[in-house]
Formats: sequence, structure tokens, C-alpha cells
Amino acid sequence: MKFTTLAVPDAAGLVFGQAPKPVTTRRGLTFGAGPVYPELNFTLPPMEVTDSTFGQVVEHYRSTVAGAIKHAQGLHAAGLVFEFETLLEMTKNPAWGVELVQVMEALCEQAWTEDGFPTAIRLTPNDLREFDRPPRNRTSAHLEQMWQLFDQGAAAGGDLLSIESTGGKEVHDEALMMCDLKSVIFALGVLGVRDMEFVWSQIVQIAAKHGRIAGGDTACGFGNTAMVLAEQGFIPRLFAALVRVVSVVRTLVAVEQGATGPDKDCGYEGPFLKAIAGIPISMEGRSAACAHFSPVGNVAACAADLWSNESVQDIKLLSGPAPLVSVEQLIYDTRLLNQATAAGQALWLRDLHAASDAPLDPQAFILMPASVIEISRAIVAQATPVAAAVAGATKALDLLETAHGAGDLLIPEAEEAWFDLLRMQLEDTPTDEGSLVEEMLPLWGDKFIPEEYGL
Amino acid sequence: MSVESVLELIATQTAAGKATRKGDQDGVDELVAQALADGAAPSDVLDALVKGMGVVGDQFAAGKAFVPNMLLAARAMSKGMAHLKPYFSSGEVKRKGTFVVGTVFGDLHDIGKNLVAMTVEGNGWEVIDLGVDVKPEAFAAAVAEHPGAVVGLSALLTTTMVNMEKIIQTVRAAHPDTKVIVGGAPITQGFADQIGASGYAPNPAGAVELLASLAA
Repeated sequence: MKFTTLAVPDAAGLVFGQAPKPVTTRRGLTFGAGPVYPELNFTLPPMEVTDSTFGQVVEHYRSTVAGAIKHAQGLHAAGLVFEFETLLEMTKNPAWGVELVQVMEALCEQAWTEDGFPTAIRLTPNDLREFDRPPRNRTSAHLEQMWQLFDQGAAAGGDLLSIESTGGKEVHDEALMMCDLKSVIFALGVLGVRDMEFVWSQIVQIAAKHGRIAGGDTACGFGNTAMVLAEQGFIPRLFAALVRVVSVVRTLVAVEQGATGPDKDCGYEGPFLKAIAGIPISMEGRSAACAHFSPVGNVAACAADLWSNESVQDIKLLSGPAPLVSVEQLIYDTRLLNQATAAGQALWLRDLHAASDAPLDPQAFILMPASVIEISRAIVAQATPVAAAVAGATKALDLLETAHGAGDLLIPEAEEAWFDLLRMQLEDTPTDEGSLVEEMLPLWGDKFIPEEYGL
Repeated sequence: MSVESVLELIATQTAAGKATRKGDQDGVDELVAQALADGAAPSDVLDALVKGMGVVGDQFAAGKAFVPNMLLAARAMSKGMAHLKPYFSSGEVKRKGTFVVGTVFGDLHDIGKNLVAMTVEGNGWEVIDLGVDVKPEAFAAAVAEHPGAVVGLSALLTTTMVNMEKIIQTVRAAHPDTKVIVGGAPITQGFADQIGASGYAPNPAGAVELLASLAA
């Protein structure tokens, strides 16, 4: 573990808009130095992306970005970030992805030169390696397309480089369904960590080559899958909360490799990264209900430096296109946060956000600033990712059990037995990588290729 | 122990996810072998297994159990099903039908599809899981191999849900009467109607109900 102390050592310092290591873009947006900025992500309505439809795709992106800039200016926003999270076809065919970045960049540059309105583009290519089963994380033919889009997309105007990388997911998906915490720790703390080292060492190089910003990753396919499954009653919320904590050691690797933030929106592990590494983070909450439901709609804003809608389909609503609806919601949200900062009331507003969610769900409870700091401290006290994952999850379980016992946290009756079940799993998990790998290989050896993780 | 008692115990142990003997307590594996040796009708054994899955399914629907409980029950059931294989082959016992399921091409999401497959199998259907990123031709080939099978298509993305229509067309071009049901986060009944699907289910339990209505 590179980080052995906390960049934000106490809960009073973990607040929206403030990061120990702010990041500034080429058009003058600074994240983590006061204002929280809106970050808009949108996707296409149901349609194919083919040669014959690509003209329509370009028009969707052009009109949405132009409309969003105009609407943001009309609402007196101080700036706007677009996340271009590509659809699979746009990474499989990098020329399409690059062309769309160019379209967005032209509009962003026009707003900057003509009106002085600052925007930035977060470029998030897909991780195509999942198409191989089992994935060939280091030797996949898909890597060439991914790196090409990162490289040419950054040159074309991608300011912040991000990805939802998927190393370890081939084990994690099944471990989630079985609520197998030891295997989750293996998938994230061994496979995920090793793959993140591989992926992010290269993204950081590409960012440096083009003078761009290596933003960060997200354990979306892990922690958010758990969150959605818990929301549907498929797995206990307690378990999903611990999965989130375990994901911290995996996503932190991007920063260890040189990513500077802002971390990606759907990584709800972001507050832990901010506490540990001091980077600015993007978060999503109540205004991302257009993409998925969650129990953390308010508490997610506590430490946000950008505030995102996750993604919205470009469909028409009564007021206008859905992406513009999202822009407006995000701007009003951030306007309130920024007004609180200006009035010296940031901590008061932050704590209202936390208190309105935390007692109702363990996933929200662990995102309270005080919880984040305690769990982060347990993580950085360990020397290795596996030990850190076990320590972080154990601390989280302690906090949750204590809060539930004190009547400060609602846990459904059907989940109460899981306190003991999860603790037994944690106590049974080796804290050194070698022993864990030895134990896991016979169980999962047919699901992944050890060499593709340097094992 | 009477045959009836053994059958009851099979249901209980299936629901509890007890696949094999632990200590002095028989699991589904041992109990099914005993029931058949004692002269139980194979169809009654199958009913007991399905009943056990139904119990845990009801607990799940009531929020009193989670997917791991369902998975353990499904594993226990499969231990019992192994003993019934010869009776399926001879035709003495029949499943409710065959369900060919897969995530459409271009889409890699499989958790929802896996849950549907598990639930449908636990309800007495034979399930042929084609996996993810499945091409139209693969669905058609599976129906050729399993005549009369119902096809289930899953998609999570707005850009891949449109592939369902191509699959339906390809399957029905080769096997005109094939019933195809669809599901996934962006799917609606309206979309299912628009692409000519035989039905839409919003969740695994809905898929079981839909299949039952199609098989009736």
C-alpha cells in the first residue's frame, strides 16, 4: 500500500468542494478548490450504432452538448463537465469514438472562446476485455482498440481519462450471488488490484503524453452491481456495504499508479479515496435516479467535487430532452452546495445530507464522513491490499453492528443473522495474498487465467 | 421411514440447501436415492424437489431469504435430479418444458439472466443456458436441438435491446412457432409487443409465471 496515512485525517475536513490536491483543466476548471461542478453523462435512445445510423448518433451528441452548454449558461453555472462514456461500438471502432470527442470538443472550445464558459470532457472508453471468456486481461486483442481510443481521444480533446475496468469481475459476479465475502476479497484485492496496476500504468502514460488528466476508475461493475442487487432484495444490504469497502483497495490503485482525480462518478468508493489520497472526486446520488435507484442519494454528496447524473437516455420529456433535465437538476444541486460553502455553512449542509440517509441503510451509513475516516484509517494501517480489504471490511462491520445495536441504523430482520455470517467469513480470510490465492485457485481456477494477472 | 416421510424430507432439505449428508443428517442426494430404492414414483420425487424450491422461492419473494439461499437450494435440487436422469431419458418423468436462455449479442450482462435460469430450472424446466453475447444463429441452433423449446432473451443496454428483434426473426425463420420471451432492465411490455415477442417478464418469478402460461 502506497498510502500509509490519511490526506484528510478527520471528518471535519471531508467536505464537498474541498480536496487537499485540487486538479485544474486546460480551460480553467479547478476541482476540489471550492465550487462543486455538474457533470453530465448521457446515452442514446434505443437505437443501433452502425455505419448507416452513425450520422444520427453524431447529431444526438452535437445537439445534446450544444443544448447542455446553452442551458448551463442560462442557469449561470460556473462550468460544466461532460462525461463521454462510450457505447461498446464506439470503443470497438475507435474512429467513431474519436469523431464524437471531436464534435464535443469543437462545441466546448466555442463556448470557451466566445463566452468564456469553461467545460471539460471526461473520456471513458469501455473495457472490452470482458468479451473474452475467461478474459485475457493482458493479451486480449481488444486492448489495441481500447488504447487507441484513449490515445486518439485524448489528443482530440478528452480532458479527463477514466474507465470502468473489469479485472476480477469474472470471479466477483458469482461471488456476489453467493454472498461469498472471501471470494469478493480475492476478486477485488488480488485480481482487481493486479489488473488495475496493469491498466492504470498505461492510462497515466497516455494522459502524460497528451498533457491530459488521468482521472480515475470505478468499481461500478462490483460495488454498484452489489448495490443494485441489494436494492432488488437479492443479497443483503449489509453484504453490499462491505463489498463497497473492499472495493476501495482496488480503485485506490489508479491513484497509486499516478491518477490525480477527479475520480469517476459511479465509484461510491470515491470518498475513501479522497480521505486517503486527497484527490477530488465525482459522485452521483439523487439526481442519478434516471440511471439507477440507490439508498445513498443524499449522503453521496457529502464529499463530492463534481456532481453527476450517472447517465440518462436522450429521450424527450415534458420540459425538454432528458439530458437537459439532468443538467438543470445537477446545476440546482451544485448551486445549493456552493451557496452553503460561500455562506460558511458547508459542514451544516453536509451533515444534513449524511443524517438524512445514514440511519436507513448500511450502505449509506458507511458513506458518512465519520465512517469514511474510520474505515480509511483501518485500511491505510495495513501493508498489503488483501490485509487492507479485510481490515476495512471488519471496521465497517464493527461500525454497522454498533450503530444497529444502539438503534441508530435500520437493518431488516432478515439481515440480522448476516452480522455473524459476515464476521465469520472475515475471520476466516487469510490476510496475505499468497495464502488467499492458494485457497482460491482450486475454487475459481476455471473462471480466470492466472497468467493474465501475473499470477 | 415411510416413502411419504422421505419425500417430505426431500422438500425440506432442498429448501434448506442441504445437498449431501452432514453429520448424521442425510442431504437431498441420499434421500432421493433412498426414496427411489423404497419404490417412490420418480415423478413424486421430482414434485418433492420442486416443492422444496417453491418453499425457498416463497421466502425469497417475502424478503426472508436471499439469492444465496436460492442457489444452495438449486444445488441441492441438482443433486437429486442426477438420480432422476435415467427416468427423464426413458420418458417416465417429464419436465415442464425446455427453456433456451441467453444474453443477446453485443451484451455481456449475465447476472439477471442467470437468476432467471436458476429460478426456471428450480421450477421443473430443463434449462439450456447459452451464456452471453449470443448470436441469433446460436439460438436457432439450440431450438433445432430442442424442438418446442421456449426461448428467453436478456439485455441490459438500450443499444443491445434492439438486437432482440433480429434474434426473434432468425429463430422464427427456422422454427416458425417458437415462443420467445424477453426481459432486462430497459425492456417493457410495449417493446416486447413491438418486436413480436411472446411475452415479457420483469423478474425471475414473472418469467416462471409467463412460462407456465405459455406452456398451458
